[in-house]
Formats: sequence, C-alpha cells, structure tokens
Amino acid sequence: MRYLARRIVLMFVALVIICTATFFLMRLLPGSPFNDEKLSNEARAQLEAKYGLDKPLGVQYATYVSNLARGDLGNSFYFEGRPVLEIILARLPISAFLSAQAVLFGLVAGLVLGVVAALRHNSVWDSVTTVLAIVGISVPSFVLGPLLQYWVGVKLGWLPIAFFESWAHSILPSLALSVFVIATVARFIGSEMLEVLGQDYIALARSKGLSRLAVVVRHVLRNALIPLVTVLFPLTVFLVTGSLVVEQIFAIPGIGEQFIRAIVVSDYFMIMGTTIFFSVLFMLMLLLQDIIYGVIDPRMRLPGKTE
Amino acid sequence: MEPQRRELAPELFEPVGSSTPDSNEVAGLSIGLWQDSWRRLKRNRGALTGLVVILVLMVLAAIGPLVSPHTPYEQDLSSQFVGPSSQHWFGTDDFGRDMWTRVWAGTRISLYIAFLAALLDIIVGVSYGASSGLLGGRIDEVMQRGIEILNGIPTLIVVVLAMLVLKPGILTISIALGINGWTYMALITRSRILQLKGQEFALASRSLGAGRIRLLTKHLLPNSLGPLIVQLMLTIPAAIFFEAFLSFISLGIQVPDASLGSLINDGYRELRFHPYLLWFPAAILSLLMICFNLLGDGLRDALDPRMRG
Repeated sequence: MRYLARRIVLMFVALVIICTATFFLMRLLPGSPFNDEKLSNEARAQLEAKYGLDKPLGVQYATYVSNLARGDLGNSFYFEGRPVLEIILARLPISAFLSAQAVLFGLVAGLVLGVVAALRHNSVWDSVTTVLAIVGISVPSFVLGPLLQYWVGVKLGWLPIAFFESWAHSILPSLALSVFVIATVARFIGSEMLEVLGQDYIALARSKGLSRLAVVVRHVLRNALIPLVTVLFPLTVFLVTGSLVVEQIFAIPGIGEQFIRAIVVSDYFMIMGTTIFFSVLFMLMLLLQDIIYGVIDPRMRLPGKTE
Repeated sequence: MEPQRRELAPELFEPVGSSTPDSNEVAGLSIGLWQDSWRRLKRNRGALTGLVVILVLMVLAAIGPLVSPHTPYEQDLSSQFVGPSSQHWFGTDDFGRDMWTRVWAGTRISLYIAFLAALLDIIVGVSYGASSGLLGGRIDEVMQRGIEILNGIPTLIVVVLAMLVLKPGILTISIALGINGWTYMALITRSRILQLKGQEFALASRSLGAGRIRLLTKHLLPNSLGPLIVQLMLTIPAAIFFEAFLSFISLGIQVPDASLGSLINDGYRELRFHPYLLWFPAAILSLLMICFNLLGDGLRDALDPRMRG
C-alpha cells in the first residue's frame, strides 16, 4: 500500500514535469501558429489576444494549469478553436479500435505460435516461430505498413489501403500493428512454457494420469500466462508509437495522425493536450501492470522487491 | 544382496605431500571470461550471422557511395525515376538523384546517430549509476528518485518534444535519443556496483590504499562490463528505430541529407508507381534491426552468468 502511494506521488511529479516542460518548450518553438503572411498585424494581434498569447508567459502558464486542473486542455488553433479534449475524445475510439483489434489478433496468434513452439521444441515449428518472432520484433511498422499496402492492397487488390470507412479498412492497419504483438507474445509464451514444462509439478500432473492437453491447459498455460502481464506496458508504448505512423500511412483519422498534424502546424494546445493524454495513458498502464502483477503472483508482492 | 567387501591394504595409500613439482600446474587450458564468451557466441549461429551482416553493412555504408560515379546530392532532372539499372544500381528518385549512393549515405547517418546515442547513453548512464552506487546513502536515494521520475516519462514524448525544439541534425537527434535513454544503463551500473563493492577483492584493493576512483576504474567497472555490453546492444537497435521513426514523421534528418527513415518516408510517397524507392532502404533498415537484435540476444546468452548451464 505504501509502495503504491509512493508510486502515485512520483507519477504525479513526472506528470507535472511533463506539463511544465511541454508548455515552455512549445513557446520556444520556431514559428508561430499564426505565421500566415496573408494576416495583417492587427489580425494576428487579435488572434493572439483571443487565445491569450499576448499575456506574459507566467500568466499564460497559470491559466493553463488552472484550466488543466478542471480538465480543460485548451482550444485547438487549427480547428477554429474547438476544445482539444473534444477532438481527442472524438478520435479516441478509432485509435482504440485499431489497437484493440491488433492486440486481440496478436494475442491469439502469438499464443498459438508460442504454445506450438514450446510443445514441439526443436522442431520446424519452433524454428519458424523463432524466425518470425525476431523479424516481427525488428521490422518497424512503418516498413510493414507500406509492404502490406503494396502487396495486399495494390497488387492483389484484396483490401482497401486508406481511409476509415468500413471494417475492411481496418484490417491492414491492424495487421501492421499486430505483427509486433504476435512476435512479442509468441517469444514470451514460448520461453515461459519451456520453463514451466521443466517443473516438477508438471511431471506430477502427468504421472497422476492427466492427459497431455489437460496438463497444458490447466497447469502449463496458467503459469506461463502470468508473466505476460509484464509485456502490457511495453506493448502500450509500442501501440501508441505505432499508431502515430500507421494511422499516417493508412490515412486514418485517429489520435496519432492528429498528433503529427498538430506538430506540423504548431498547434500548441493540441500538441500539449495529446502529449499529456499519452503520458497519462503510459503511466496508468505502468501502474496497472504493477498492481496486476502483485495481485496474481504473490511471490512478487512489492515491498520485498525494493532492494 | 551383500555388498562386495574390498580389502584395503595400507600400500594402496601414499601421501601427496605439500609441494610436488607440478602442484601449481593448471589442468587444461585456462580460459578467460572474454574467450569463453566468444566461444559461446561463435556457437550461436544466429548471433554470428548477425555480426557478419552488420559488419558487411557497415563496410558498404563506408565505401558504397565511393564506388559509384554519382554523389548523394547531385540532381539530374533528365533522369527522374529511373528504375534500378547498370547506371543507377538502386535507380533514381524524383530529383534524379542516385539511390545507391543516397541509401548508403543514409545508412551511414543512421548508424552514426545510433552509435553516438549509445555512446552518450553509456557515458551518462555509467557515471550516474557508478556515483549513485559508490557514494550510497542519502545521495543514492535522491539520485534513484530522479531516475524513477525520468523513467515515468515516456521516451516517445521526450524525443518528439526535444526534436520540436532542437534544430534537427545528427548531434541533436542523438542528444534527444539520449535524454532518458541512459536511465537503464545507470540502473544496471548501480546494481552491479552495489553487488561488487562489498566483495573481498574490493575490500582488498581498498585496504591496500586504493581510492574511490581507482577502485572504480580498475576493479568495479571492468567487472560490470558484461551486463553493460548487453544493454548497449539493446540500445543500438532502439536508437536506429527511433531515428528512423523521427525521420519518418519528418522530425529527424532534414533535406538534402537523408537517413534510412527519411528515405523510407520519401519512398513510401512514391510507393504506387516506383516501389523500388521504398524497398531498398526498408530492406536495409529491417536487416540492420534484425541483425542487431540477433547479436544482442546472442551476447546476452554468452555474457549473462545466469544463463550458464
């Protein structure tokens, strides 16, 4: 409990640092959101006044923080002053859907590959999985995306390659994201299962007459799945990073695509809002991972882990 | 069954004595840690292949642009989008620039940034971790909290923000990658130092009058090299990936320079009609990542004492 409280405090400190750093870094940016040559000086001054950019930096910061505390992330410059939070929430379901689909597919495929590889150790399947795992972990999604687009989309013409209009549109981007998930899960489950298979209690379960299948499902898998929780956080990080490029490649109106556009047009509040959103997401996942791990595996109860 | 009884005659025994002439002789060849690790690595086919391919790619990145009559920047608008041919081995891009030289010059920049970032990681991480572990007490406590906070901030966010502000270039990209990349290096160094500094050889060195610096550089760090090398090998592919990622979302290397990431971005734009522009840099990037990961895995198995059977 004390550990948890300390973790949350540290998380909060990190979050404050992120918000503050983002705020001041944005003001250091070369270029302004209203750098349009067609704008007269008065018009620019008016725009800056509208968004409070004419006030001293300290005042701007104070306003931003107090708004933040009330859940107001400010307004986007680019989308005619729509609230940042509203834009993020509108785009969230699309990104979340793609990621969820990628994780689901990745988990199932990775689990099957990992289990087969471990049960048929040193067979062809094992080698195939090993190769697939290392390729899947190494090849970046911005290489996989275009690869799928070209071969499945353009050459074979099976699936649409851009935009987000139907479920069919979501298959290729999800696939591009899921390869990493498959690889991570397969590798992880494979090595965990090998370790569990060597334990005495597995021999006991076999010798008391349980069938091979029952042993695998009830004893091996259950114990091999526990450490899978530790990939939860790296996976989230990957999915967010991946969504930035995959959404860009497949022209999908999700958060990642929005973030990159905000960077290109120096949409201050949009960049800050998305940054804070991603940071909170990462931190929550990290915390969740630790809590789940502590709950399901008593050997890992946290206080003993400190030193 | 009755166990067979054996008669033990006193003649069967003879005293060894304390100093026979060859009592100091070592039976068999003595193998140091590094030789042993090298043997293990050599037995790992994947890691060895990885190492060889990386070396070949490095040589190509170094001499590739020199063996072609073209330069990476020379534009020739009369020969845009020429497919791979004997003139242009990897074809030409939208400005008629030779892709063979551009791709290898890009590989060079990608590798350069990755190694520079890894170097920064190891310098900052090892000094931070070593001071933290060696000084101990309150200072250690404070320094560890610092790392915990930094670790809470996602790399992606830090790198993107840093690149927004810094002027993109080889050095700034490496710095951006290093901002919180060093924390794992620091954690590993610290835990090794804590583990080693209480051991007898450290005590012996101290009682012979060695100061902290000598103790650290002569005894503690050389004994921590294994885990640090493994971590370094994981840092390099991560740095290659992040550099390519940044360049792909156009926050990295700026025109007219190119890295593998920016070449992939350019190629991807022409994917439909000139896919070869994408395939070459994409294949090299993927190959580099795969080989570094293979080598890293192999080194971990070879150097990690816990993996010894």
